[in-house]
Amino acid sequence: MASLVGSRVERKEDKRFLTGKGRYTSDINIANQTYAIFIRSPHARAKIKKIDTSKALKSSGVVDILTGEHIAQDKIGGLIAGWAIRSEDGSEMKCPANPPLAKDSVNFVGDPVAVVFAETLDEARAAADLVKIDYKVLKAVSNLGEAMNSEAIHDGIDKNLCYDWLLGDRQKVKEAFEKADKIIKLDINNNRLIPNAMEPRACVIDYNTASEEITCYTTSQNPHLSRLIMSAFGGVAPENKLRVVAPDVGGGFGSKINLYNEEIVCSWASKKIERPIKWVAERTESFLTDTHGRDHITHAELAVTNDGKFLGFKNETIANLGAYARVFGTVTPTYLFGPCATGVYIMPAAYSNVKAVYTNTAPVDAYRGAGRPEATYTIERIVDKAAMELGMDPIEIRMKNFPTEFPFKQTLVHQIDSGDYVAGLNKAKEMADYDGFAARRKESESKGKLRGIGVTSYFEACGIAPSPVVMMLGCGVGLWESAEVRFNPTGQVTVYTGSHSHGQSHQTTFAQIAADELGVPIENIDVVHGDTDKGTFGMGTYGSRSLTVGGIAIVNACKKIVNKGKRIAAKMLEASPDEVDFKNGEFVVAKSNKKKTIGEVAFASYLPGVRDEVKSPLPEGDEPGLIESSFFDPANFSFPAGSHICEVEIDPETGHVKLDKYTAVDDFGTIVNPLIVEGQVHGGLAQGIGQALYENAQYDDSGQLITASYMDYTMPRADDLPDFNLGFTCTKATTNPLGVKGCGEAGTIAATPTVMNAVINALDGKEISLPATAEKVWKACKEMKKSNAKAA
Amino acid sequence: MKTFNYHSAKDVKEASKLSSSNSAFLAGGMTTIPSMKLGLASYKDIIDIKRIKKLSGIKVSGKTVTIGATTKHSEVANSKDVKKAIPSLAALAEGIGDPQVRNRGTIGGSIANNDPAADYPSACIALDATIHTNNRSIDAEKFFRGMFETCLKSTEVIESIEFSIPQKSSYQKLPNPASRYAIVGVYVAKHKTGINVGVTGAKSCVYNDKDLAGVLTKNFSSSAIDSVKISSSGMNSDIHASSDYRANMVKAFAKKAVDAC
Ligand SMILES: Cc1cc2nc3c(=O)[nH]c(=O)nc-3n(C[C@H](O)[C@H](O)[C@H](O)COP(=O)(O)OP(=O)(O)OC[C@H]3O[C@@H](n4cnc5c(N)ncnc54)[C@H](O)[C@@H]3O)c2cc1C
Repeated sequence: MASLVGSRVERKEDKRFLTGKGRYTSDINIANQTYAIFIRSPHARAKIKKIDTSKALKSSGVVDILTGEHIAQDKIGGLIAGWAIRSEDGSEMKCPANPPLAKDSVNFVGDPVAVVFAETLDEARAAADLVKIDYKVLKAVSNLGEAMNSEAIHDGIDKNLCYDWLLGDRQKVKEAFEKADKIIKLDINNNRLIPNAMEPRACVIDYNTASEEITCYTTSQNPHLSRLIMSAFGGVAPENKLRVVAPDVGGGFGSKINLYNEEIVCSWASKKIERPIKWVAERTESFLTDTHGRDHITHAELAVTNDGKFLGFKNETIANLGAYARVFGTVTPTYLFGPCATGVYIMPAAYSNVKAVYTNTAPVDAYRGAGRPEATYTIERIVDKAAMELGMDPIEIRMKNFPTEFPFKQTLVHQIDSGDYVAGLNKAKEMADYDGFAARRKESESKGKLRGIGVTSYFEACGIAPSPVVMMLGCGVGLWESAEVRFNPTGQVTVYTGSHSHGQSHQTTFAQIAADELGVPIENIDVVHGDTDKGTFGMGTYGSRSLTVGGIAIVNACKKIVNKGKRIAAKMLEASPDEVDFKNGEFVVAKSNKKKTIGEVAFASYLPGVRDEVKSPLPEGDEPGLIESSFFDPANFSFPAGSHICEVEIDPETGHVKLDKYTAVDDFGTIVNPLIVEGQVHGGLAQGIGQALYENAQYDDSGQLITASYMDYTMPRADDLPDFNLGFTCTKATTNPLGVKGCGEAGTIAATPTVMNAVINALDGKEISLPATAEKVWKACKEMKKSNAKAA
Repeated sequence: MKTFNYHSAKDVKEASKLSSSNSAFLAGGMTTIPSMKLGLASYKDIIDIKRIKKLSGIKVSGKTVTIGATTKHSEVANSKDVKKAIPSLAALAEGIGDPQVRNRGTIGGSIANNDPAADYPSACIALDATIHTNNRSIDAEKFFRGMFETCLKSTEVIESIEFSIPQKSSYQKLPNPASRYAIVGVYVAKHKTGINVGVTGAKSCVYNDKDLAGVLTKNFSSSAIDSVKISSSGMNSDIHASSDYRANMVKAFAKKAVDAC
């Protein structure tokens, strides 16, 4: 049987998804369900003076209306930050309480204050209109740059500062800077983004009054983690009385990592009102309350020699946490950001200093790439600026500072096990016809257009683990992953995984690796995920960790199956286990033609006896059945890397930026399914390009989100994008048996700086902020024209 | 969404009779339904006019193209007759919103709504359109009154829009990157009788830019436009485009339109 790892197996998911047969949370209906409508704060910052539900409670069809008062009475806990980060001075970070329904104060537009349950959705809506809430409106803190000089929005959190964190050595950096020929300085923003998963958040809660079990169907990237938090911190029910199911989930991009207010409130309330509850977010609620991404202001400095060697790097960043600190909110701008800010380069000295602040805006948390896009944007923009100021070619300056020996100890944290950055950049250079750029630029100029080329080389740290390391850094849980592999007596296999697929195609990829390990046809393998009552435990899917952590747990469980199978086969074939080889689904006794298929062995393991004889195929000490599980905790993160090159053409009359060519060369180690990996790269690129050219979440001074619909929040569309030119290089990861590295976030990480470098290249180095919208580019073109006229 | 009465009118007379100051006609529903869902509008009666056959269809005579009010954008975009008689009008329809919107939205709904960023109003101005309703015929210049405002009475039904076929014409727009409505859209049309420059998106209501038209009457070339000063006063300003940028884009897209004529 040919190996399936590496082949373009069509997705098992396609039939379901492409024919509209997916089963999402809002497709689930429970008999006798009530409908929930959350009443949310229309103000960014206010004290709640009084809530009057009397009229609403009498409205037709209303079952109950609950507020923060009820939550407090029942001692239901709030939402939490999953990582404890320490400041440079050793003090612990400061986090405000975040009750599931606000009781005394509201801190962003959309903060839930009360909830109405009614027989129909319309009745719930009508009643919600009748709830009277008296607010004392306070001045909102909505501007990130001013947050530290504004009034504290949470009691006891001075300057709105959660922490002031440092990674690196200030003294060493100072010394490096003193030796520099030139210091390159850059001030940049990293625009705030709204994840915009296609499926809005939703939950359906079914409380069983007899067993006292709560089943929570929800749109989650990590149902096990949601159950843990809801039980341990929310106090909604003990874990054994709480089942969390995340069925088909239509995209997450990080915004569905968090357990949200609505899931806690509805789970708790279902028990209280003894009725099932259904809640589905409207798109406006998604815009307002899904966790947002990015939102940094950064000042960076790079110390260089005249011939382009890097000596040192400073990164001073202010990161927006929004109103509250959530699960990955505090780690995203620190350990997921700071270490990667020195990029793929040998950097003798560096530090990252991050001040994370609270503002009266939606909570900011992990969004595809989480910290690494911001880091890569910082370093790749300043490296380009250095090349420009030194009069060097952007490729040359990068090549000059690449490490060439692996493992490579990166400046701030990471020990990178494998890579070949030179090969990646060379391949990208060739595929992009870098040398032909000058001619293409001339041609554009002859049409009155400006053409720019942008280069980015990145590495990222993903497959987030190992547990002892992340817990040392402040993570509240271990980041292993687990799997269970179950043979049925008749030979099909069910793989249970703790990872969750919400667009990643695990059903296919995981089946491919199990098929290879077990020698079973892929059609006979089913992958089950997303249900805390089914199979194994899990930490979920984010940080490109599913294959590198969850997939390896499957490999290891399969290996245990094969080991047990060997013992059984040996007994059946009257040989010793070390004489038995396993290949292509068959146990073969060496130098003989005696063999048993894995299906026969599975059958025998469940039916361990024969008629008229007392005889078992099971060796002494082995139990019946063929089921194995594994918890995998890798020795390190995985470190994908690559180089991307793109070209833009700008119409100086209008400022319109046309993305003309995009080449991506990535090293993801072993590629299990190129079709799926290419899809992941395409989606990631679209989001990274979206950040560079289109997307921008904006709040006004009073803290109102002014981009709360698709009429104003610009998503990238298919016709904005060129055909992507993809290439791969491969250095295998040494920290897992498949040699795989994460691929889910790379596109998002590399695309934003690649596009911006190209835009700024076209503008002769003129700096503009993210995103490069037409008006900003048009203004830059006008200024360029003026200064060119002056020079001439 | 608040509850409402739904009626399906069998003819224009019935539609008009059912209507009141608290009703809306349902054509494509691309504006009415989202506004109702968002709670921005509510009506007692919704009067569906899509079943009225007479209101839909395209007719070309020697001098004019007449489009029924409930004709969808996609029908105009794909019509061989329109493409032949006024190619710029078919191109305009092809550039509205996205396929879903084009397969539902109608020309009558678009001009009755008179969104300051809608495309069709500029065509009405540039192509000397006459708007035929159940009780009168109105010149385009008089029809569009202000932001989301027309001279239509609440019981008045648009039946068709009659465009004059120009000698040459072009519509060029800078789309809002999010919605694809016009940040600025400029429709230049040269008729035997004179030149019109319909501008949408720039101000609170579509208008005929007489300065541009005047310059082009003397010299129909994009370089002639260079000398025109377009003031940003009265121009819209939002997160996508400042008034200064809009003013400059009116000029830039007028030039593009002339070049494309
Ligand atoms: C996502 C999106 C993107 C869009 N992008 C664009 C764009 O790029 N450019 C653009 O120009 N437009 C755009 N539109 C608007 C769309 O093209 C429609 O033209 C517009 O929504 C109104 O047409 P309708 O047929 O849907 O009208 P409806 O929503 O059915 O009705 C709108 C109003 O017109 C009145 N009305 C309808 N028909 C008549 C009639 N025959 N007589 C009298 N009154 C009538 C109704 O009473 C109602 O008040 C967009 C819409 C959406 C939702």
